[in-house]
Amino acid sequence: MAEYQNVFTRVQVFGPADHGIPVADAENRAIKPFNSVLLGRIGNAQFGPIYLGYLGILSIVCFAIGFSIIGLNMLASVDWNLVTFVREFFWLQLAAPLPQHGLKILPPLDEGGWWLLAGFFITASILLWWVRMYRRAIALGLGLHVCYAFASAIWLYLVLGFIRPILMGRWSEAVPFGIFPHLDWTNNFSIIYGNLFWNPFHGLSIAFLYGSAVLFAMHGATILAVSRYGGERELEQMSDRGTAAERAGLFWRWVMGFNASYESIHRWAWWFAVLTTLTGGIGILITGPVVTNWTVWGQEAGIVPTDFSIWPITPQSTVSSWGAD
Amino acid sequence: MALLSFERKYRVRGGTLLYGDTFDFWVGPYYVGFFGVCTVVFAVIGTALIIYGAAIGPTWNPWLISINPPPIEYKLAFAPMREGGLWQWISIFALLAFISWALRMVEIARKLGMTYHIPIAFSFAILAFATLNVFRPIMLGAWGHGFPYGIWSHLNWVWFTGYQYGNFHYNPLHMVAITFFFTNAFALALHAGMVLSAANVQKGETMKQPEHEDTYFRDTIGYSIGTLGIHRLGLFTALSAGFWSAACIIISGPPIWSRTWMEWWEFLR
Repeated sequence: MAEYQNVFTRVQVFGPADHGIPVADAENRAIKPFNSVLLGRIGNAQFGPIYLGYLGILSIVCFAIGFSIIGLNMLASVDWNLVTFVREFFWLQLAAPLPQHGLKILPPLDEGGWWLLAGFFITASILLWWVRMYRRAIALGLGLHVCYAFASAIWLYLVLGFIRPILMGRWSEAVPFGIFPHLDWTNNFSIIYGNLFWNPFHGLSIAFLYGSAVLFAMHGATILAVSRYGGERELEQMSDRGTAAERAGLFWRWVMGFNASYESIHRWAWWFAVLTTLTGGIGILITGPVVTNWTVWGQEAGIVPTDFSIWPITPQSTVSSWGAD
Repeated sequence: MALLSFERKYRVRGGTLLYGDTFDFWVGPYYVGFFGVCTVVFAVIGTALIIYGAAIGPTWNPWLISINPPPIEYKLAFAPMREGGLWQWISIFALLAFISWALRMVEIARKLGMTYHIPIAFSFAILAFATLNVFRPIMLGAWGHGFPYGIWSHLNWVWFTGYQYGNFHYNPLHMVAITFFFTNAFALALHAGMVLSAANVQKGETMKQPEHEDTYFRDTIGYSIGTLGIHRLGLFTALSAGFWSAACIIISGPPIWSRTWMEWWEFLR
């Protein structure tokens, strides 16, 4: 046990900064690279440079506009009182349009118009950022796996705020901007549609979310455990197998009779992460347009008992049994 | 069972924690070891008890089978088998099997000259399970506060337990745990996507190396955490998700908090 268990980087060496793989428009790379000893304890010490193209700048501008609309609306809702704004911040919101406005493109600003404008700019910002990720991958000759994964997250976002409201015929179905208000929305959504836990796509999404945590714990721990053999250099181990890859593979083969390879573990990981939002989006999309009560649906499908008494009554846990008779 | 081409030279004696060479052998691809024997024994007994519980229960529908904890009237005593005793013994054997599995991982790591990150990581999952079905029931004074073992029945427990605290989304540590779960999936997608895209490049390109990975993330977000750092970050977010999940349920109930989680935030106003 008196062995070094790789936790933090203990010795840092600073050489000349890495300015990145040469590309045609390298003059767009801004920020002089600098080293942070704190970052270097966990990962690379070098911060910067960053590529500043028009897509990225436009994306940041759009985000800033959307963010300001939300913030100013919240500030207006507390009568421009900064102290109240800070104290009430978690409760404040920019609500979706009122139900009577249906799918109107621009309802009155204080009845949802601002929400639509903020949503427009934030969506524009996200889509522009996606194109930026795509173009940077192309510029470096890389595959598009990061872009496709990002698209899966955008799918869930668009289902919640755009596609499902259109199917339901009113923007009021969408999620409000705000910390507690969006939690209330989630809570009410589940109750209105008869307990989202019985929605199998919701179940799949949670399974993939938890599975992602299990996979990253297994993968991260495996790589760190073979880091003394250079196991973190995954691309080299993939193309020219070394003892790190052999040990990492044998560990899981001996533990559970099966092991992924240095490449395939990333395919497992990619699919788990991507399916989290992909199945989640499907689950939200069909709640309302297709299924209106998941308890009734579950009972018809035979996954929810018609007689709940075969399951225990969940005891009231807000009361202690200690000292009670 | 065939060995992998390079496997024989790694199959060496030693590294065991207990009883020397006694169970130091392989069956097919599986390493056995003393703790492998323990795991199998505990898992077989536990599974048999689950099947017995299903057999004396009201349904064979696999979605609906549920092994229920005892009613809270039994407090922290052993209950009759048909009234939650099965649940208690299954929980005991599950915990023993999990711990044996973790110790078997330690032995395998020692054989392969690896450090202990994997069994340490697994112990966080064991901690979360023990928190739900051992520590919290003890804190509340009755085993009946554990969750039932069933594919859908445990969700029923989550639903009802959550609403006893108003809206569980307002539980501050539940927020922390969910944030870690989402961040973890996000980081996993970025890492996996990055490695796959560097290995599976566009037509006509040759396979890339970490220099391209660093450049991609520096170009797009200004910082690349690097090949070693991403695995530290991933392990950290995954274990934090599990740890704060355990923390958020242990604080739900007396003596720590027994009102709605909405009320907890009132100190801000």
